[in-house]
Amino acid sequence: MTKPAEFYQRDREWHPPALDRNYKTSVARSPQYPLISLENTASEITGPVFGHNDFAPTDNDLLTNYAQPGQAPVGERIIVHGRVLDENARPVPNTLVEIWQANASGKYRHKKDAYLGSMDPNFGGCGRTMTDSDGYYYFRTVKPGAYPWRNWVNNWRPAHIHISVFGTGFAQRLITQLYFEGDPLIDQCPIVKTIPDPDAVQQLIAALDMNASIPLDTLAYKFDIVLRGRRSKLFENRLEGN
Amino acid sequence: MKQKLNYLKETPSQTAGPFVHIGLAPGAAGFDIYDQELGTDIAGPNACGERIRVEGLVIDGIGSPVKDVMLEAWQANATGSYAHPEHPGDVEDGFRGWGRVITNFETGEWGFDTIKPGPVMGRYGQMMAPHINLWIVARGINVGLNTRLYFSDEEEANSADPVINLIEWERRRKTLIAQRVERDGATVYRFDICLQGDNETVFFDI
Ligand SMILES: [Fe+3]
Repeated sequence: MTKPAEFYQRDREWHPPALDRNYKTSVARSPQYPLISLENTASEITGPVFGHNDFAPTDNDLLTNYAQPGQAPVGERIIVHGRVLDENARPVPNTLVEIWQANASGKYRHKKDAYLGSMDPNFGGCGRTMTDSDGYYYFRTVKPGAYPWRNWVNNWRPAHIHISVFGTGFAQRLITQLYFEGDPLIDQCPIVKTIPDPDAVQQLIAALDMNASIPLDTLAYKFDIVLRGRRSKLFENRLEGN
Repeated sequence: MKQKLNYLKETPSQTAGPFVHIGLAPGAAGFDIYDQELGTDIAGPNACGERIRVEGLVIDGIGSPVKDVMLEAWQANATGSYAHPEHPGDVEDGFRGWGRVITNFETGEWGFDTIKPGPVMGRYGQMMAPHINLWIVARGINVGLNTRLYFSDEEEANSADPVINLIEWERRRKTLIAQRVERDGATVYRFDICLQGDNETVFFDI
């Protein structure tokens, strides 16, 4: 049991601001007052713990987790793999990683998705897994298609996978999106462009990883995820009681 | 040249988008894929303490309910312990203290059943009033929003709470207080979250 210690503060200039007028939905959904800065207490340092009983070992295989027996979803078969690390470059083991995405034609299995793309009867579009002791995770899936969305009249989302990660404390909770190397739509997308720093955008682009691909079967993309780091020593030793 | 610090940068956040349910609550998206969805039972069957229900809306700057929001709740048990290896104290078997909450797509109403948490020790030995930590994501929210729900029947503890007292604008403190009502013999707390406007809820940079 390590001593409770704080997470490094979030670099709010690295993250997108709440309000970005080019991402129209943010206009009415962005708080106008500044956030109140709160030093970590037990409520932020702790967070939910998950175990292997919480999901099935096959939940990370989107090629099979919704497909009819003997069938497979349409699209480019890919592996998405990488490690969950913290800002100290230490692996984050046993943490839950969940993903969701459109199918190869850019259509989501969601009752609110009205896009013309066709539904794939063999593709659900969600998966989940836990990192191993090295912080490593992987999913098998198909590469999602780009899709149009209502913002400016002709906006298209680059192919992307939504990713949700927990870490060890509620303060590390993160949802983000993975993009694919070489996609010309990345530079066009108002949601991508909510991130002000171009280097931060690069951090969301998964690299084609031929070494991890399986010949004649599956391409691979590598995507490491970095969560907030944590002090190794408790400089302020009155965090927990006196 | 000075030495390098060699820290990594946190992966930047992106909006959860309108279809967050597919990944995190597929039943709400309209399909059945997992044996069990996570976060549907916050307290479990064995938790001690008062059984309560929490309900509310998330309201945007126009005054309209946000219908595609997802909230996560994180709370201690009735004796003030979090279900986490680094927090002192034990929790009841089956108590995780974490839940996922999806709005009704037509009305935007959300709600969850849990137990009322106990006070939790804060920094500098100052006790924090009972509270539930909430994290809110949706289309149009670029970085998940953190807030805290406190309870209207804990006036004394709330007035001594070190986090509530951090809020310089006293008028805004009430945005964190859920209002207790009795309904059909059950205890319900109402907690509407305003993203903007005169009653904008206090959000924290934790
Ligand atoms: Fe999407």
